Amino acid sequence: MGLFIAQILTGLANASALFMVASGLSLIFGVTRIVNFAHGSFYMLGAYVGYSFMQILPGAFGFWASILLAGLVVGIIGIIVEILVLRPVYKAPELFQLVATFGVILVIQDLTLLVWGADDFLGPRAPGLKGIIRIMGEPVPKYDLALIALTPFVAFALWWLITKTRTGILVRAATQDREMVGALGVNQAWLFTGVFFLGCALAGLGGAVQLPKGGADLLMDFNILSAIFVVVVIGGMGSLPGAYVAAVLISVLNVFGVNYLPQSTLALMFVVMVVVLIFRPFGLFGREEVAGEHGQVGEPERPIKPAGQSARMIVMFGLFLMALLPIVGDSFILVLITDIAIFCLFAASLHFLLGLGGLVSFGHAAYFGGGAYAAALLVTYAGTPMELALILAPLAAGLTAIIFGWVCLRLTGVYFAMLTLAFAQLLWSLVFQWGDFTGGDDGLVDIWPSDWASGTTTFYYLSMVLCVGGIILLRHTAHSPFGYALRAARDSQRQAESTGIHTKHVQLVAFGFAGAMAGIAGGLFVFSKGSIFPNELEIARSFDALIVVFLGGVKTLAGGVVGGAALEGAKDYITRFEYWRLLLGLLIIFVVIVAPDGIAGTLRKWAEKIGFMKREDQA
Amino acid sequence: MLEIKGINSFYGKAHVLRDLSFDVERGQVVALLGRNGAGKTTTMKSVMQLVVPESGSVTFQGVEITRMAPHKVAKMGLGYVPEERRIFTDLTVMENLEVGRQPARAQAVTWNEDMLFDMFPNLAERRTNRGKELSGGEQQMLTIARTLMGNPSLILLDEPSEGIAPVIVEEMARVILKLKTEGLTVLLSEQNLHFAQAVADRVVIVESGSAKYQGTMAELNANPEIRDTYLSV
Ligand SMILES: Nc1ncnc2c1ncn2[C@@H]1O[C@H](COP(=O)(O)OP(=O)(O)OP(=O)(O)O)[C@@H](O)[C@H]1O
Ligand SMILES: [Mg+2]
Repeated sequence: MGLFIAQILTGLANASALFMVASGLSLIFGVTRIVNFAHGSFYMLGAYVGYSFMQILPGAFGFWASILLAGLVVGIIGIIVEILVLRPVYKAPELFQLVATFGVILVIQDLTLLVWGADDFLGPRAPGLKGIIRIMGEPVPKYDLALIALTPFVAFALWWLITKTRTGILVRAATQDREMVGALGVNQAWLFTGVFFLGCALAGLGGAVQLPKGGADLLMDFNILSAIFVVVVIGGMGSLPGAYVAAVLISVLNVFGVNYLPQSTLALMFVVMVVVLIFRPFGLFGREEVAGEHGQVGEPERPIKPAGQSARMIVMFGLFLMALLPIVGDSFILVLITDIAIFCLFAASLHFLLGLGGLVSFGHAAYFGGGAYAAALLVTYAGTPMELALILAPLAAGLTAIIFGWVCLRLTGVYFAMLTLAFAQLLWSLVFQWGDFTGGDDGLVDIWPSDWASGTTTFYYLSMVLCVGGIILLRHTAHSPFGYALRAARDSQRQAESTGIHTKHVQLVAFGFAGAMAGIAGGLFVFSKGSIFPNELEIARSFDALIVVFLGGVKTLAGGVVGGAALEGAKDYITRFEYWRLLLGLLIIFVVIVAPDGIAGTLRKWAEKIGFMKREDQA
Repeated sequence: MLEIKGINSFYGKAHVLRDLSFDVERGQVVALLGRNGAGKTTTMKSVMQLVVPESGSVTFQGVEITRMAPHKVAKMGLGYVPEERRIFTDLTVMENLEVGRQPARAQAVTWNEDMLFDMFPNLAERRTNRGKELSGGEQQMLTIARTLMGNPSLILLDEPSEGIAPVIVEEMARVILKLKTEGLTVLLSEQNLHFAQAVADRVVIVESGSAKYQGTMAELNANPEIRDTYLSV
């Protein structure tokens, strides 16, 4: 009994920071309709800034003042980000905003590294609250009790602000109808900035308040991200009580999980989430999200046509060059091009979902890594030959995609995006925690191609055939009746349904198909590297693919391929810089704001301008 | 007081307002008449800069407001009551009024909640009810009251008589005349000619996004053929 209560108390204490961060995210979303993917980064900043203040300010007063100051400083950093990065993209399609916030993640990661260095910091303990108290014989840290007592005050202050002040009234009004609030004379720009300040300050507070329990490290941003998403999805986007209840639920569950199911603590919260979503698709306290206001606006889309004569010639010529490459190139070049080709297939499969299906999947690494792990596990445990493994890998990845897709497709818009990311994290956590089977952090090694394909040149040809074949298949599917049905489902679900297209069905099949294609890429990847580690399933990997598709241009079919080649090629070079994330982050933000058509799209526009290519509407 | 000169407004590629021009003088009630889809709402939005005209100009109290941010237009003393009402359904009546609150302004009545509750007694009883709990007529009253909280000197009313019970339409007409006696200038859009006849001093008839006729109400009444050409009665 004592242990039970102690665990509940630990869970409640852990819920404190989670609640603050999640309510900040929820608040920002409510008003600005932007899912701030960089929210974990503000949490991380809160921890670092709080740590630094605690080094200077002495005593109990200094400790608590540091936490408040951390909130304030992070809030101000939030204002800077809002003004520089988000203001220019408020009117842009959702995807652009999400990508812009990734850019912010990368920039903050490297700036944190720059300022505080790579070492983890152990959080200082709260003066006056260092000891433990025995409750029914079980030790409970005093600081935990302080947190439990503190959280209701934060929640109350927030509630008071939202329901009782003019600012709160304006915030709630703007959540419903921003334009009307503006027409009544309220400067929304500052309202947005204010909300962003508050949301980021809450994240910063959360980061600082957990210091004595968790310290500060550079992985905090991604680590908390899926937990906040899960909390917000379970609680209901935009609901403060929802955020609190869900934070408590998840935290308590985690504490019990550590004791009774140590292998699957991370998986547990996803299971709860899925159960909640099946019964309440918009969370415990959430309401149906009004879609559409923000959908895929922007320029009307060009009709995507099968490649013309000249385009075909160029592609054929490129393939011809690639076929001849082994004669002139050394093995370094061959390996590099193999990597690029694999990555291109991965990116193209995401592009298929995103560009054609309008399905903003944020967890595509699950299928790439899933295929890779499927192949690696088959080889390790069943001695499966490469040929069979390369067939089974896409099947496994496709099946995973269909299972995940089945749940995710119940939702749309940002919920969908957050869910796909959460599922990818689920897979990652399974692989990471189930070390006996998957090798955990040590990965799986010694997975080599069959003898006949083990030469660099042969494997190069094999990869080319599969990757180019996969990309052609994706392209071909885009122009098939299935591709048209998928696009129809993206553009207008109702219209598509009325012409007899079962949209959810079509989207699920597309999800499975894209997953399988990513699985081929993953399978090839394992055999080309000879090993696989959990980081191929990480959020960062999914982001790589998204960024590539984005940089390449969402609306151009060549987008995934061009972007993939550009990034993978540049990465080899760019990662030699210590602060390459900073550069990449700035580049992404720059592209979002200045060249929102991506590389391929922008090149095309330039080409049209100087008359090199014919405009589609004249052709 | 309000001069609209040759504005052209678009939704994407659809050209909706074509060289539309007319003036509204201080203290008048002007009715913008026209069929469904004639461009009345677009005119209102183009004045508020919720739709930004691509050419032409809108001048309010001698200041050009074209391309100004809508909240700045509102701050200059233009009050907008949209056709779809757009009250904040999750907010109470009092909170809805709070959103509209702006500082007092010279040359315009300064409204407060009590004055508005005098004018709209129904709302007084419902001050703690949420917007979604109000009837259509009450919602219409609330949108007007909310806009008045901003102490406008000119108020844009988009189809105030649409979709409400006949008794309330009469009350609405009284409200508009009351606003006029308080010194407000009113530009309203209407399809209901009888309603316009009851309140308006002047009329502007729009058709396909241009002003096809302008004159006093009395002149229009004396020219039934114009009425028959442009208005479906
Ligand atoms: N958001 C929009 N996008 C595209 N076209 C629009 C949009 N809103 C209005 N239109 C078109 O612009 C034209 C003018 O519309 P507007 O709403 O100004 O007319 P109205 O005179 O107010 O009509 P009603 O009496 O029905 O309110 C119509 O042809 C309409 O179809
Ligand atoms: Mg209208």
